[in-house]
Amino acid sequence: MPERYHVHVVPTTPRFHRVGKYGNVDWREDCSRCSNCVKLRCLYNVYRSEAAYNRDPDAPVVTLDECKACLSCVQGCTKGLLSVSINPGYLDMGDEYWKSDILLTTWNQADSGKIPVSGAGYRGKFYGYGFDSIWTDMSEIVRPTRDGIHGREYISTSVDIGPKPMRLRFAADGALLTPSSSIIEIPLPVILDVPAWPVECPQLAEARVMAAQRLGTLAVVPVEECAELDAALLPSVAPLFGEAAGAGDLDGAGALLDAVPMVQFSDGPLVAEAARKVSQDHPSVVVAVRTLLTPASAGRIVELAKAGARVFEVCADQHGRERLDDGRPGRHIKDALRSIHGRLVDAGIRDEVTIIVSGGVALAEHMAKAIICGADAVALDTPPLIALGCRVCRDKSRCCSPNACPCDIAEVEPGYAAQRIVNLMGAWHSQLLEVLGAMGIREARRLRGETGRAIFMEDIEKEAFGDLCRVSEEQVRS
Amino acid sequence: MTDWEQEHVERKVQPAPDRYRNALGKYKIDRLAACAGCGRCAQVCKYGVHIKPKGYTFTLRPQDQYCVGPECAECGESCINQCPNHALVMRRNPSVDCMGDPRWSSDLILATWHMAATGHVPPDHLEYRRGESSGGFDRLVFSFETEDDDAAATPTPAAHDVDLSLDLNRRGDGRPQVHIDGPVYGGGMSFGSVSIHTILAKARAAAAWNTFTCTGEGGYHDRLRPYDDHVITQVATGLFGVREETVQRVRIVEFKYAQGAKPGLGGHLLGDKNTPPVARMREAVAGNALFSPFPFHSVYSVEDHKKHVDWIKEMNPDCLVSVKVSTPTDVDMVAVGSFYAGAHIVHLDGSYGGTGAAPDIAKKNIAMPIEYAIPKVHKFLVAEGIRDQITLIASGGIRTAWDALKAIALGADGVVIGTAEMIALGCVRCACCESGRGCPRGIATTDPELMQQMSLEWATQRLINLQNAWREQMVEVLARLGMSSIRELRGRHDLLCYIDIDADADAGEPAAVAVEAAP
Repeated sequence: MPERYHVHVVPTTPRFHRVGKYGNVDWREDCSRCSNCVKLRCLYNVYRSEAAYNRDPDAPVVTLDECKACLSCVQGCTKGLLSVSINPGYLDMGDEYWKSDILLTTWNQADSGKIPVSGAGYRGKFYGYGFDSIWTDMSEIVRPTRDGIHGREYISTSVDIGPKPMRLRFAADGALLTPSSSIIEIPLPVILDVPAWPVECPQLAEARVMAAQRLGTLAVVPVEECAELDAALLPSVAPLFGEAAGAGDLDGAGALLDAVPMVQFSDGPLVAEAARKVSQDHPSVVVAVRTLLTPASAGRIVELAKAGARVFEVCADQHGRERLDDGRPGRHIKDALRSIHGRLVDAGIRDEVTIIVSGGVALAEHMAKAIICGADAVALDTPPLIALGCRVCRDKSRCCSPNACPCDIAEVEPGYAAQRIVNLMGAWHSQLLEVLGAMGIREARRLRGETGRAIFMEDIEKEAFGDLCRVSEEQVRS
Repeated sequence: MTDWEQEHVERKVQPAPDRYRNALGKYKIDRLAACAGCGRCAQVCKYGVHIKPKGYTFTLRPQDQYCVGPECAECGESCINQCPNHALVMRRNPSVDCMGDPRWSSDLILATWHMAATGHVPPDHLEYRRGESSGGFDRLVFSFETEDDDAAATPTPAAHDVDLSLDLNRRGDGRPQVHIDGPVYGGGMSFGSVSIHTILAKARAAAAWNTFTCTGEGGYHDRLRPYDDHVITQVATGLFGVREETVQRVRIVEFKYAQGAKPGLGGHLLGDKNTPPVARMREAVAGNALFSPFPFHSVYSVEDHKKHVDWIKEMNPDCLVSVKVSTPTDVDMVAVGSFYAGAHIVHLDGSYGGTGAAPDIAKKNIAMPIEYAIPKVHKFLVAEGIRDQITLIASGGIRTAWDALKAIALGADGVVIGTAEMIALGCVRCACCESGRGCPRGIATTDPELMQQMSLEWATQRLINLQNAWREQMVEVLARLGMSSIRELRGRHDLLCYIDIDADADAGEPAAVAVEAAP
C-alpha cells in the first residue's frame, strides 16, 4: 500500500473582486418605494452587499458579482422595474479557448481547493473543439468503488518521469551493465511550466517552486532565474536551458545540477551533446528535451529517443495546437498526442520514454484526456497564472507588466500565490480521481494511451448517425 | 400491490399562469412617459399585451410575456407604430439572456412555461422543438421538416385515432401487464433533492395521465401512498429508505446502477439540504453530506445482477423490474446482460441528464450522451433477436416532445423526463440546486420557507398541462407521418435527417493566437 497522497488545500480569499457573470440592472425611476422590496429577500444577499459601501466606505463593492440569475427579483418586483443582464466585462475576458467560464471555475477552485459541484445537468454545447469532443468511459460494475475516492480503496495518481529501461543487462560475471538511472515519481501527473508569455513578476518563479514543493512535483524555471531561489527549494526545480546552451554552458551550472532532480534543454542542434554531458557528470539528474509541437514532432521524438533521450516535453501553442512552418496552427494536441503515442508504440519504445505535454491544458478534464491520448503527464503554463487572478488578456493590451496588470500579479506574495496554485491542483486531483473512479482504473499510469476507454466524437457520430440522410440548415423549414 | 386507497386525479387542462408577479417574456415593451393613456395600443394588440380596463385613465403595465416580437412590431398595425405619441418601445428582454444555456435555450424554457401555463403548443415566436447545442437532438429533424419532403403524399389519420400508449411488460413471463397512456414517465428525484410539493405534483400528474413517477433514492414518502399505483420505487446503491414493504406496494421497481449526470460516481446530497425530515426518511444524520456508494457493493458481475433482480421478484411477485444504467462504451452489452438477468425495462440515462448535485467534470465529460446510446443499444438488441422482449426507455436530455419522438425514432420505446418537469414548475436552469438553502425558486429545495413559494395544486396543474401539450405535439407528428400508434415509430431512423453544419465553424476552433512566446 503506497502512502496516500493528499493535497493540503487551505481556503484562500482572492485579492481582487472577480468579474461576475450577471449584473443587476436596476431602474430606479418609477419605484414606488413599497416597503415590500424583493431586493431584501434576495437569497444571495446581492443587493445588500452591493449597497454595503453606502454605510461603510471600506466595505467591498460587489456589484456584478454574486448574482446567480435566479430571476426571483426580476419576477417579483412590485412594478417590474428590475432586470438582470450578462456582464459584458465577463464576456470580454479570456479568448475563444481560455473562455470566461474556464477563468471563473479556475478562480473558484483556487479559492477553495474544492472540486466544483453544481445542480442541473450539463449546460454547454453538445461537443466542441479539441478536448470537448472526447467523453471518458465509465463502468457500471467495477472496482475501485466510489468509496475509493473517499478513502477506502486507494486510487494512485502518481506517474514517473525518467528513463525506464525495459530490461537489465548483465555481464558474464554478473555485473550490472545497464547504467543506473533515476526516475522521478510525481504524485500528480502535473508539472508547473514557465508561463506561455512573458510575465514581469520576479517572485513568480519562487511561488511556482513553492507550490511544486508542497505538491511533491516539479516546477520548470529558466536557468537564469534559478540563482535567486532558496537552496531548499532546488529539489523541486527543473532548470530550463535555452536552445543555444551547449555543453560548455553547463560547466558553470555544476552546483545547480547537483541540487536539482531534472533539467530541461530546449531542442536544438546542441541538445544531444548537452544531454550526454549532464548524464555523465550528474547521473542522478533526469534530462528532458523540450520541443515545439509540430507535425514532425513524432519523428523528431523517435529520432532523439534512438539517440538516447528519454524524457520529452512537447509544447503546443496557447490553444493546444501544433505550430506549422508557416505560422498557422495545426492539429489539436488530442490528435497530435495520439500520433506521437502511436509512433512510439510502433517503434517499440513507448514504455521507455516519458511524454509531457504543455499548452492548451486548461481544465482538470483536459489533464485526464491528454493522458488518455498518450501523454504521461501535463505541464501547466497558464492555469497557475489564472489561479493568481490572471484574466488571460495578454494580447489585447500590454497588461503583463507592473502597473498595468488588472490583478497586480507583480505584487503577489509568493507564499500566498503558492497556496492558490496548490488549491487549484488539489481540486484537479479530486477531479482526476472522479474520472479514474468512474472508469474503474486504479492508477493514473494505466490511463495513458487508453483510447479504448474514451469515446471520440468522430467515431461515435459515424456509428450513431452515419446512416441518416443529410440535410443542410437551409433545407430545414423554420 | 398496494392496499392503500388510491386517489383519482382529474385529467383536466386549465390555465396555470406563471406564479410570479411579473411573467417573463422574450421581448420587453417599455411604456415611456409620453403615454397619454389613449388606449390605442389596447385596441390594436391581438395578443393581449396591452389592457385598458373600463374606467381606467391609463393602460395597465404591458403584459410583455405575450408579445410576439419584431415580426409584429415592424408591421404598420403594431402598437409601436400605432401609438400617436410614440411612447412604446420594444426590445429583447435582457433578463431572458441570463436564463438557460445552449442545451436549454431561453426559448425552450419560455416555450415549456407556455405549455405548462396553457396546456397547448407554444406560439411560433418561440423555438420549442430544438435547443442550441449544435449536436444530438438539436441536429436531428424529421424528414417532413425539410423542404425535400413531400408530406402531402402520406395519408393522415385523424388525430383522435393516434394511440400513444405503451405496454411495459414485453417478456410474457406471467407477470401483470403495466400499461401507460403515453410514452413518457417521470424520472427519479429523491426527497431531499426536491421538495415534497415537487414530488407530489409529479405523482399527481402521473396519476392523471396514467403513467409513472419515480421516488429516486431518498426513500418512499408516506404522502405518496395515495398514488402507489403510479410510483416506481428506486433501489439505489445507498439503499436509503428501501424497505421490503415499500418494494411490495408498487407495480414497478427500479434498480439504479448509475445516473447519467454523474456516471460512475453514485448519488450526492450536500449536507445543507439534508434537513431533519430528509434525514429521518433516509435513516441518516441530519446535516451530513450523503453519498451513495458506487457501484452496488453486492454486484460485480451480471450473475450478481441477476441475483439482485431475483431478490426483488421474490419479494414482490407482481412487479416489473426496471434497470437504470448510464451510457458507457459497452452500454449495449449492459442492456443485453440486464435482459438475460430478467429485467423488463432497460432505462438508459444519458450523460447530459439532470441532477440535484454533481461534479461539473462528470456532467460534461463522463459517458456518452443519450443520442448516441439509443441507436447503439437498439441495433444490438435487434441483432440479438431480443428487441421485442424488452422495453427500452431513454432519459438524460429529453427536453421536448420532439426530443422524445426523435429518441423513439432512434430506437427507444419511451422516454423518462426530469428537467422538463422542473422547467414547467418554473426552473430557470441557474444550477444552484445543490447547496445552501437549495433552489431559490422553491422547486429543488428542502427549505421550509422556500418550498412554500409553490402550491401543490398549481404545480400539479402545470405538469398536467405540460403532458397535454406534449401529447398534442406527438399526435400531430404521428398523424403527419401517417402512423396510428407511437409503437410504429420505434427504430424508424430512416425518418430522421441529420443537419450538416460547417464542421470547423461549428466546432468553434479558435483563430490563431496573436502573441506567442517561445517555450
